[in-house]
Amino acid sequence: MPDNALLTVEHVSKRFKVGRRVLHAVEDVSFDLPPGTTLGLVGESGSGKSTLGRIVLRLIEADAGRVLFQGQDLGKLSQEAMRKQRRYMQVIFQDPLASLNPHMTVGRAIEDALIVQQIGTKQERQEMVDEALRKVGLSPAVRDAFPFELSGGQQQRVGIARALSVGPRLIVCDEPISSLDVSIQVQIVKLLKDLQQDMGLSYIFISHNLGVVRHLSDTVLVLYLGRVVEHAPARELFRNPRHPYTRLLFDSILRIPKSSATRRKFVAIPGEMPSPLAPPPGCPFHPRCPIAVDKCKTEPPPLVEVSADHVAACHLAG
Amino acid sequence: MSDPLLKVENLRVEFQRSDGIVYAVNDVSFSIAPGETVGVVGESGSGKSTALMALLGLLDANGRVTGGHAWFQGADLLKLNRHQLEDIRGRDIGVVFQDPMLGLNPTMRIGDQIMEGMLEHHYASMKQAFQRTLDLLAEVGIPDPPARFRNYPFEFSGGMRQRVMIAMAIACEPQLLIADEPTTALDVTVQMQILALLDKLRRERRMSIIMITHDLGVATNFCDRIIVMYGGKIMETAPLDEFLHNPAHPYTIALFGSMLEPDDSEDWELHPIPGTAEPLLEFPQACPFAPRCSMAQPRCQTEMPQLRLFENEHWIACHRAEEVMSRAG
Ligand SMILES: Nc1ncnc2c1ncn2[C@@H]1O[C@H](COP(=O)(O)OP(=O)(O)OP(=O)(O)O)[C@@H](O)[C@H]1O
Ligand SMILES: Nc1ncnc2c1ncn2[C@@H]1O[C@H](COP(=O)(O)OP(=O)(O)OP(=O)(O)O)[C@@H](O)[C@H]1O
Ligand code: SF4
Ligand code: SF4
Ligand SMILES: [Mg+2]
Ligand SMILES: [Mg+2]
Repeated sequence: MPDNALLTVEHVSKRFKVGRRVLHAVEDVSFDLPPGTTLGLVGESGSGKSTLGRIVLRLIEADAGRVLFQGQDLGKLSQEAMRKQRRYMQVIFQDPLASLNPHMTVGRAIEDALIVQQIGTKQERQEMVDEALRKVGLSPAVRDAFPFELSGGQQQRVGIARALSVGPRLIVCDEPISSLDVSIQVQIVKLLKDLQQDMGLSYIFISHNLGVVRHLSDTVLVLYLGRVVEHAPARELFRNPRHPYTRLLFDSILRIPKSSATRRKFVAIPGEMPSPLAPPPGCPFHPRCPIAVDKCKTEPPPLVEVSADHVAACHLAG
Repeated sequence: MSDPLLKVENLRVEFQRSDGIVYAVNDVSFSIAPGETVGVVGESGSGKSTALMALLGLLDANGRVTGGHAWFQGADLLKLNRHQLEDIRGRDIGVVFQDPMLGLNPTMRIGDQIMEGMLEHHYASMKQAFQRTLDLLAEVGIPDPPARFRNYPFEFSGGMRQRVMIAMAIACEPQLLIADEPTTALDVTVQMQILALLDKLRRERRMSIIMITHDLGVATNFCDRIIVMYGGKIMETAPLDEFLHNPAHPYTIALFGSMLEPDDSEDWELHPIPGTAEPLLEFPQACPFAPRCSMAQPRCQTEMPQLRLFENEHWIACHRAEEVMSRAG
C-alpha cells in the first residue's frame, strides 16, 4: 500500500443470499486511490460496480477484506467515529430526483447535510449553502425551489452541491450523468473536473460511458462478474487493453466515422453474461472468450502485472 | 430515387398541460425510402418520440395531432381511426421502445406474446405462427427456442427482452420499423448485438428503419441519413456523408462537440452547450436554439429560420447557415 493513498481497498468481497443460493457480487477486489485522482469503474450491468461503491462508503458491510480511508480501517470505527468520517466521503447517484427529498427545498436539503455533520451556526450554514450552489453554477435563488421545479441537470447540480457542502475528500459518483441529456452530461463532466482541480477531490466514477470514463479517470478498473479483470492507468488501458473482455468492451464503442466508407461493421458478439448465481468455473469469461484455451475452463487466472502499473487476469495476457 | 415509403408533411403535435399547451412538434416534414435507415437525433424534449408516436396513434391521452399528413401505402395515417391504425401497427409498421418492459406483458409467456401479433393480424395460422415464433427466437439469437418459448419476461436479461421485442416487431414482416432508443438502456456490448441483429434484418428484408437515438455514434454508424431535431423542429437533415463532412447547424456542431470519445487527448477542453432546453409553452416564432446558440443575432430572436435546401440534399434551418458552412469549409 502506498502511504499517500486516500483510500485503500484490500481483498474486499461481498456475497448476497438469493433464496438458498449465494450470489458473488464482489470477489476479492483491491485498489488504491491517491488524493486528487479519479478511479473509473467500468463493467457490464450487474458486474458489481455499485456494490463496490457502497462498500467503500460503508453503506453495506463487506464479508471479507478491509477498507482504509485516511489511514483508518472503516470496519473498525465506532458509529460515532464513522459518522465523522462520512463528512469526507460523499456520494452522487444516477437519479438526482430520487436522491432528493421532494418536500424539502434545495437550500434545506443542502443545509441538512451540514446539520447531520454538526457544521457551522445557522448563519454560517446559510452562507455555506450559497457557496455550494455557486460552486456548481446555480444561482442562490435556487435555494427556495423544490426539486421537481428544476431540470434534470439542475437537480444533479444540487446533488453535487449537497455532497460538496460538507467538504469531502472523496466522492463516489454512481452513474451521475446517465439520466441526463447529452449536452447536459458535458456540463456536469466539466463541473466535476473543475471542482477536482480547485478542491483536490478524489472520485470513484462509475459509468457506462467509456468516453467520459476515459476523460475523467487517472486509472480504470474493469470488473466482470464481481472480479477485477484489468486495472491500469486510463491512457495505457485504452491504448493497450490486454484482457479479452476489456477488448470486447472497447470494440463495442461506436465512434463517429469520418465517412460512410469507414462506418463500423456490426458483428454479433456471441453469448450473454453468465448468471452471477452460477459463475462459470475457471476463468469467468471463458464461455464468451474468443481465444480461450483448455486451461481457461478449469483454472481461474490470477491477476498478474502485464506491464508497469498494469494488471490483468488472463492466462494469455502475461 | 424510388417513391418514399412514408412521407410526413407539416406534422404538428400539442400536449395539454395544467399550465397550458406544450408545442411538442411544430411543422415537421420528412420521408423515408424503402430499405433506407434514417436516424433521428436531438436534445431531450425536442419532440423525437412524439413525432413518431403520433404517426402510430400512440400519443399520451393529453396529446393531439393539430396538423399535417403522413402518407403510407396511399393512406394518411393521421386520418385513420384507431382500428385501422392498429391493423397497420404491428403488421406493416413494427415498433421497438427503449424499455422493452413497456411493450411486453409481464404475465404472459414470451412465445404466446410473439404469436399473438401474427394471429391478430391474420398473418399466420396457429400452427404456422407457433413454428414461426420458434424461428424468430432463433433469428434474434435466443438459444433453445422451444424452452425459452415458455419463459416469462422477468426470466430474461434486458438485452434478451429487447430481442424479444424485436422478434415481435418483425413477426409480420413489416416494411418499416420504428425504434425509439432501442439500445440506450443497454450495455455497449449488448448494444452491439442488437445493432448487428437489426443490421442483418434490414439487409435480408430490405426493411426501412427509423431509429431515434441521442447517441451520434449510433446514428452515424447505423443510419443512411440523419435528422437533427431541436424545439419540436427539424434543424438539419442530410445524407450521412454530407452530414459528416459539412455539418452546418450550430446545434449540430455543438452536439458533435459534446461527444466524448475515448481517444488520446489529454488536453481536451470541454465546451459544453450552455443552458437547457425548456418545453415550448408558446408556439415558437423564433429560432428555438437561440437562447443557447453562440452565433445568435437579434434576428434569431424574432424570426423563425426556415428549413432551406443546400447542395447534396442538405436541409438547414439557420439564418446563418451560409456563414457556418464557409467557416467550417
Ligand atoms: N441487495 C442485494 N441482494 C441481492 N443481490 C444483489 C443485491 N445488490 C446487488 N445484488 C446483485 O449483485 C450483483 C452486482 O450488482 P451491482 O448493482 O453492484 O451491479 P452494477 O455493476 O452496479 O450494475 P449496473 O450497471 O446495472 O448498475 C448483481 O448481480 C445484483 O443483482
Ligand atoms: N404527455 C405529455 N404531456 C405534456 N407534455 C409532454 C408529454 N409528452 C411529451 N411532452 C413534451 O413534449 C416535448 C417533446 O417530448 P418528447 O418526449 O417527444 O421528446 P424526445 O425528443 O423524445 O426527448 P427524449 O430524448 O428525452 O426522449 C417535451 O417538451 C415534453 O416535455
Ligand atoms: S483466461 Fe482464458 S478465457 Fe479467460 S480471458 Fe484469458 S484467454 Fe480468455
Ligand atoms: S438561427 Fe440564429 S440562433 Fe438559430 S441556430 Fe442559426 S444562428 Fe443560432
Ligand atoms: Mg450500478
Ligand atoms: Mg424520446
